[in-house]
Amino acid sequence: MAKAIRHFFKTFLLLEMIQGLAVTGRHLFAPKITVQYPEQKTPKSPRFRGLHALRRYANGEERCIACKLCEVVCPALAITIDVAEREDGSRRTTRYEIDLFKCIYCGFCEEVCPVDSIVETDLHEYHFEARGENIMTKEKLLSIGDRYEARIAVAKAADAPYR
Amino acid sequence: MIDWFLTLWNSLPDWLQIGVWNLLKIIVVVLPLMICVAYLTYAERKIIGYMQVRIGPNRVGPRGWLQPIADALKLMMKEIVLPTRSDRFLFLLAPVLSLGPALAAWAVIPFTDKLVIANIDAGLLYVLALTSVGVYGIIVAGWASNSKYAFLGAMRSAAQIVAYEIAMGFALVGVLMVAGSLNLVQIVQHQAGGLHQWFMWPLFPLFIVYFISGVAETNRAPFDVAEGESEIIGFHVEYSGMAFAVFFLAEYANMILIAALTSIMFLGGWYSPIGAYLPTALLDIPVIGWLLGDGVHWLLIKISIVLFFFLWLRATYPRYRYDQIMRLGWKVLIPVTLIWVVVIGMVKFFTPFGFIMS
Repeated sequence: MAKAIRHFFKTFLLLEMIQGLAVTGRHLFAPKITVQYPEQKTPKSPRFRGLHALRRYANGEERCIACKLCEVVCPALAITIDVAEREDGSRRTTRYEIDLFKCIYCGFCEEVCPVDSIVETDLHEYHFEARGENIMTKEKLLSIGDRYEARIAVAKAADAPYR
Repeated sequence: MIDWFLTLWNSLPDWLQIGVWNLLKIIVVVLPLMICVAYLTYAERKIIGYMQVRIGPNRVGPRGWLQPIADALKLMMKEIVLPTRSDRFLFLLAPVLSLGPALAAWAVIPFTDKLVIANIDAGLLYVLALTSVGVYGIIVAGWASNSKYAFLGAMRSAAQIVAYEIAMGFALVGVLMVAGSLNLVQIVQHQAGGLHQWFMWPLFPLFIVYFISGVAETNRAPFDVAEGESEIIGFHVEYSGMAFAVFFLAEYANMILIAALTSIMFLGGWYSPIGAYLPTALLDIPVIGWLLGDGVHWLLIKISIVLFFFLWLRATYPRYRYDQIMRLGWKVLIPVTLIWVVVIGMVKFFTPFGFIMS
């Protein structure tokens, strides 16, 4: 009986309803946590796995030795490599393509690379406008590596102690 | 120039003069109302955003002020898809049927004792009648869509609206008993004399019931099973573009209407809550006196506060299940109103308070 009466007053005085309103009412004045994206950005880890790049040594020689480890390790089969011997006798790729529609950005290619050639940069703001642009050719990957070498080197150095 | 207009005006026949004059009055009420509807959607998104600790729309125009205009443009550009084998006439009539009553009811809303389009004696009955007509828009929309989902949704919404209309009607019976009049101007005039005279105090349970029924009537959260975008679909699944926008307009126009009616019936309409307690000398000061005294601005402030509560409820409560809606309507709200109507009757009849009230 007492329980029923308590329940009656609890529901008819809308106590829990008012408590709920109080919670949202408090949050109306709470400081807002929205990040205004294009102007403000959240910090990114040096391990961030974004757009791929092929790196070069300081003397301009490309690092990739066409060992095909990345092609093998790639779980999504996104990497395609053709190999040929260059005039100077070194083993080089003639084709190095990553299909970004297949890629799942797992970072295995970067981990497995013995010469730190293929890396995933921290770039994540990119898009395709036409069919076929999703295939990253060797030239495109190398040019990304050339443009962002400084950033890549900083990220690599920051992560090196934990490797 | 003015003379020329006056002679032209006087040369018109009487019926035309009345017609033009009424048309002007209607435009003066409906046009700001439509702008209010547009900015109510903006206010809703902003306030709910703030309650969810985010910012809300702020990209279109300064601080997002042009967002409603962008939304309206988008909806106008979109194609109106007519479902195959739908009843085209009824399909397009339904949105108009739901918007029409929401606007027509404004004819009797008194902004002040002078500012009212039609000061009719049966204003309360007119309002009740028109809010009931709104349900036809929903039923016709569900029927004309030639879709099982829309039809079931329409049935659900119609049952909900009819159920809550009874509670709403009884809540207004309480107002009618205390005010002793169906004329909305007289109902407000009964509440003259400051905050303590407002009907929300003697009729507090009815005030709450009326507000809750109003939320349910307008298909707003937490009673929005009609819309229920996240788990259930309602009567307007088949509508797109401007036809959908008109339903949207109707919902928000109804919200403003319910807020206005709540302010008029229970919150003293255009009367200032403090004006009556202040010395008359203060009220004679030009601007401050006008602000503190009675006037349209108080009605607008009260409407805004009630509308804020609509949005606050939406930000707070999860959606009711359908059977819970029915239980609340039939087994809680209607008995509460019935009991309180009896209580008011007894008070009026057997106690000295009755003389104060009437």
